[in-house]
Amino acid sequence: MNPDDRQLLDWVPRLRRYARALAGNREDADDLVQDTLERAWSRASLWRGVADMRAWLFGIMHNLHVDGVRRPRVPTVALGDGEGEADRVAVPPTQGERLAVVDLQAALDRLPLEQKEVLLLVALEDMAYAEVAVALGIPVGTVMSRLSRGRERLRTLMQEGRPGPVHLKVVK
Amino acid sequence: MTNDSRPVTDTDLHAFADGQLVGERHGEVEAHLATNPDDARRVAAYADQVRGLKALFDPVLDEAVPRRLVSATRPAPPRRGGGAWRIAAGFSLLLLGGAAGWGLRAQSAAAPTVAATLPAFAERAAVAHAVFVPEQRRPVEVDAAHEDQLVTWLSKRMNAPMKAPHLQSLGYTLEGGRLLPGGQGPVAQFMYRRVDAEGPGARLTLYVTRETGGQATAFRFGRQGGVNVFYWVEGPFGYAISAEAGQDELARVSEAVYRQAERGP
Repeated sequence: MNPDDRQLLDWVPRLRRYARALAGNREDADDLVQDTLERAWSRASLWRGVADMRAWLFGIMHNLHVDGVRRPRVPTVALGDGEGEADRVAVPPTQGERLAVVDLQAALDRLPLEQKEVLLLVALEDMAYAEVAVALGIPVGTVMSRLSRGRERLRTLMQEGRPGPVHLKVVK
Repeated sequence: MTNDSRPVTDTDLHAFADGQLVGERHGEVEAHLATNPDDARRVAAYADQVRGLKALFDPVLDEAVPRRLVSATRPAPPRRGGGAWRIAAGFSLLLLGGAAGWGLRAQSAAAPTVAATLPAFAERAAVAHAVFVPEQRRPVEVDAAHEDQLVTWLSKRMNAPMKAPHLQSLGYTLEGGRLLPGGQGPVAQFMYRRVDAEGPGARLTLYVTRETGGQATAFRFGRQGGVNVFYWVEGPFGYAISAEAGQDELARVSEAVYRQAERGP
């Protein structure tokens, strides 16, 4: 048909990376990738007109994820109270780099989705701000304000996390 | 000096941290940061966040892609009236495949799309291929000179109209065919040979069985004992094409066979 059908496979690792960061666990993330690929195929007739395949694919994933967050396919029950203490393990903050990274994951999980998405597309995909705007269907100004708020919030969360015990999330 | 420039904005700081500033502006922001430690700390923290996020999630890039996702990068399976482009697209994707089991996605969203091992009929096809291609004197029971008789005979024994697909345009000439025992009843084997080559490696067999039971499947690719097999189920028939030839070559042949079968006997 056209060369794009081959490219779909090339995008999978990057779609998975972003989905993992968004969804937090492997199963949900891969479900999201699969839904994205299927949606992309259902619209394959549009590919010819897609100027930026990456923005298009990540845009599909964004829409599906937002829909999924609104209407979870499988009802989930929070364990523990409030902050999800039940699936976190307290460890002393002495494990250096690796701990900081896991700490970052915990902080990331506390960002509002709209800030998290912008931050991840910029950080993981190295997307230009204008491209993020295309993918998410929002103005560039909104991209910048979400990025700014997201980064500041993340910074605050990371600083708060420093003294005292740090909660390590159990990543499945 | 920085006083002469446009004021450094929040956007500039982010763009600097993200490496998205180029040329003159980059230098201006750099100069600004040299004299504004608070902003410099912010930019450093943003860059740290980027590094941290990459460290967290980049390992996903190196994970093996689950098969269900590989399958989902291809369109729905071949169906009658489904549009030839879908098949063509599927085949072009197949050329990307390295491992066994690269095929079009099965229609059922929930079902696993790739069998880890060959189904029984495809395995029998591979064995039958390996048994008969080295034959010098009797590779086939009825040769291509008697194609009419071959087709009539196989149709009668298979209790369905059969025909030998024409693959000349792909460089294969029909050598003939034979009837073989399948799992429960007869199966047909057509043998072809590359016109520009000799020996067992130049041969390709098409195995047609009625024992696969109706449920159309995607194209699949597998390998058994040095024989590559491309197989699918369409209508009442299971088809398996076996050869030493590579996957892309088999994909081309399978496409031709599929199209000719679709047009009916």
